[in-house]
Amino acid sequence: MTDRPRRRWHIAVFLAPAVLVYTAIMIIPLFDTLRLALFNKGDDGAVFVGLRNFATLFGDPNWSRQFWNALINNCWFFVIHMLVQNPIGIALAAILSNPRLRFAGLYRTAIFVPTILSFVIVGFAWKLILSPIWGIAPNMLDAVGLKSLFSPWLGKESSALTTLALISVWQFVGIPMMLIYAALLSIPDEVLEAAECDGITGWAAFWKIKLPLILPSIGIISILTFVANFNAFDLIYAAQGTLAGPDFSSDILGTFLYRTFFGFQLQLGDPYMGSAIASAMFGVILIGVCLYLFGIQTRIRRYQF
Amino acid sequence: MSTARSHPLNTAAAHAALIIYTLIALFPVFVIVVNSFKARKAIFREPLALPDAESFSLIGYQTVMKQGDFFGYFQNSMIVTVVALFFILLFGAMAAFALAEYRFKGNTLMGLYLALGIMIPIRIGTVAILQMMVATGLVNTLWALILVYTAQGLPLAVFILSEFMRQVSDDLKNAGRIDGLSEYAIFFRLVLPLVRPAMATVAVFNMIPIWNDLWFPLILAPAEEVKTLTLGSQVFIGQFVTDWNAVLSALSLAILPVMVLYVIFSRQLIRGITSGAVK
Amino acid sequence: MNYRTFTATLLASTLLAGSAMAQDVTLTIESWRNDDLSIWQDQIIPAFEASHPGIKLNFAPSAPAEYNAVLNSKLDAGSAGDLITCRPFDASLALYDGGKLADLTDLPGMANFSDVAKSGWSTDDGSATFCVPMASVIHGFIYNKDAFAELGLQEPKTVDEFFAVLDKIKEDGTYIPMAMGTNDQWEAATMGYQNIGPNYWKGEDGRTALIKGEQKLTDADWVAPFEQLARWKGYLGEGFEAQTYPDSQNLFTLGRAAIYPAGSWEISGFNGLADFEMGAFPPPVPNEGDECYISDHVDIAIGMNKATEHPEETRTFLDWVASPEFAKLYANALPGFFPLSNEAVELDDPLAQEFVSWRDECKSTIRSTYQILSRGTPNLENETWNASAQVIKGEESPQDAAARLQQGLESWYTPGQ
Repeated sequence: MTDRPRRRWHIAVFLAPAVLVYTAIMIIPLFDTLRLALFNKGDDGAVFVGLRNFATLFGDPNWSRQFWNALINNCWFFVIHMLVQNPIGIALAAILSNPRLRFAGLYRTAIFVPTILSFVIVGFAWKLILSPIWGIAPNMLDAVGLKSLFSPWLGKESSALTTLALISVWQFVGIPMMLIYAALLSIPDEVLEAAECDGITGWAAFWKIKLPLILPSIGIISILTFVANFNAFDLIYAAQGTLAGPDFSSDILGTFLYRTFFGFQLQLGDPYMGSAIASAMFGVILIGVCLYLFGIQTRIRRYQF
Repeated sequence: MSTARSHPLNTAAAHAALIIYTLIALFPVFVIVVNSFKARKAIFREPLALPDAESFSLIGYQTVMKQGDFFGYFQNSMIVTVVALFFILLFGAMAAFALAEYRFKGNTLMGLYLALGIMIPIRIGTVAILQMMVATGLVNTLWALILVYTAQGLPLAVFILSEFMRQVSDDLKNAGRIDGLSEYAIFFRLVLPLVRPAMATVAVFNMIPIWNDLWFPLILAPAEEVKTLTLGSQVFIGQFVTDWNAVLSALSLAILPVMVLYVIFSRQLIRGITSGAVK
Repeated sequence: MNYRTFTATLLASTLLAGSAMAQDVTLTIESWRNDDLSIWQDQIIPAFEASHPGIKLNFAPSAPAEYNAVLNSKLDAGSAGDLITCRPFDASLALYDGGKLADLTDLPGMANFSDVAKSGWSTDDGSATFCVPMASVIHGFIYNKDAFAELGLQEPKTVDEFFAVLDKIKEDGTYIPMAMGTNDQWEAATMGYQNIGPNYWKGEDGRTALIKGEQKLTDADWVAPFEQLARWKGYLGEGFEAQTYPDSQNLFTLGRAAIYPAGSWEISGFNGLADFEMGAFPPPVPNEGDECYISDHVDIAIGMNKATEHPEETRTFLDWVASPEFAKLYANALPGFFPLSNEAVELDDPLAQEFVSWRDECKSTIRSTYQILSRGTPNLENETWNASAQVIKGEESPQDAAARLQQGLESWYTPGQ
């Protein structure tokens, strides 16, 4: 692209509507709230306390224990998504993108269905299926002779978080699938035909030709998964309630934030500590996104078609 | 088209994998819909059985239908979703084009700035947003929701679209410039059609959280005339928590419209994907 | 001229219509009781509107889980309704202190309520009351009468009899002895700990002593309920760890479980769902002849948004809520929510009548964690949910749980301040 000396007003025109709406309705309210992290309740209204809320969050065992517990759980939640959701999504997209495949539209639509459901529905359906009382999962395992494998997964500290992560994977696998599918379809046929002339077909073509070409998209889904996981909370709310039971074993940053910020039952909402937690979350996510933007995105080789 | 051959064994394996995953994906929906047509006792006795003459019952639907103006709720949800999507796609694509196409000072920073919004849960800004809507008199109007969802959807749209726009050939754009096209014409006439698959993807991704959102309708537009379908059906999900006939029926009714909507959009999506790919 | 007359007529009619509209004031009620939507729409609102022309009511509930967050956001931004349904104690006190709820101490109807009834919605020193009490809920055990008859069981009076009954049901194997799960945690605390606890800590005596700092949660009287809860485990259904609140309700109403540790609010729902006869007994006492205590918890009230544009009409409605007429209407529309007004109300529902009759035999108290003690971090109520669930599951010993609660409480609460 050539830089012309004249003023390039069109850049401003292209950016203006998005920047205006976004700044007014998202950035200003969000940062107006995050600001509260530096305040606390005083005798008359909010008092500036500097970083004392953060000292409480990381120094007071009542808070820090919850924070680290949530952060570690959140990392595990993310790891499962990366290891299960994204590979499955890519594999499904790879299979679906085969132009000879019949019923591809049908499969694609069906597999995307969980993604369009609301958390209320997903939480309710899986609680029903996994319930030891109504017996859908136990009976199905029984039918294949594996009844002994069943346990009340959502109620056990050792398995609740993993179970919820897998439910979330089930719900959102459509997202990586669709993105990768779009990326795979936009690979020009000439590229594949050229490879075929060199004798590269089937799986080899996938690994050697297609995968490098869709790396930018894999980068996008990784960072989107990261951001979404570290902001997640609806599913756990719907399935386990505000206290993210059992014994906080399914508590992640989002549930911790929500509980603190808005309060619950007899616990009053605390916008000051809540904002401190939100700022800490924001920090974690920002670090991850910056690593991606400056460390990975700039290095990924892109091919223009 | 390429001459790619597929081995019959490979094809069978592909179908097997897809069928298994399709079953996993649809099973919970099947459980909900099937049980919504059964009498209460039958739900618990044989949760997996299809309704038969003895266990068939519409009692749940009757309970649910007595409440609320579902058609009105559906209309509100449609307006909010479609208008918000339109603004997200238009504004998002414009901003993404600016970021992907032009080198200017602070380009990466602007990209980061526009991504900040997905890093903080927007709900914590609720009070400030609500105050703004009260001040501008937009409370209990669909515009309040449209504005919030537009702002909320922009970061993701810019993020995905700019990545795809970087892949559009420079030669094509430069050829356009040599032909004397303005930058706006290059964007609207050359680039936009080429990124249609990505636009469709962004549309579908944004449609889901907008349609399913409960929080902002509850806060910004709880009045009866502007209630969205999700908010409308949520009322009796809470209300009949023990009446599983009604809960299951309400859930089934909530699934249906978004499924239809998705099928409509997904046609566009696939048409977009196939025609957009540079062949 | 013609045109002008026409315009004038149009204008006049518009103005008239406008002023006619303006005479009707519509009051919006914020509430978490979305279960009660039809009761308000079909019974309460028509009754009020019939006797108070010119005031219209709009009942606008949100789901219980979101109510506090939604209400606080709306109050802060100034878009909340005229009438606010009040949670008991600190949640509403904070709203009053924050200038969101109006002082209703001088409302004439307040004379109909005792100090205990008003305690949930008064300042700590009792000088100001800011919500009109609507109802309390009573804890106890609901049981399947048919199952008891079939197995030849009697209502247990003492803890020993209670476990003997549970043993018999378990032995027989037809029914799950008790329908409760720990997935949602709060039932363990509310229908478990707070249900059986007052008999050990002697109701109000223990509760106020705890607030004054004369007793500790590690005292024998406060550990004992946890010890009983730890014994419940063997009588709950298989996989109770993942059993949710609706699961429990359905287990009982479908006749698969014999006993349901209950709050009286279940009555109206259960009446519609169970096709067997239900009975109820109060929490069994530790020893024969002990004085019995019940949790008769102030649960729901209604107050006035200080920012309302119609304070007169709002007060008119609140005065009506304080009247015996409302008490009778509400108590019978919602069996299991017992009126708090001094006027005795006749209840039509036998099960509700059974619950309310315990007020004569036993001493009433409110839940131990609600007043003052859940103001700090860690929040005693939340911790009690967690501890009760952990104790039932056997993941934590009663002593450890009690010690943890006491330690958490001491970390921020100094009695007498």
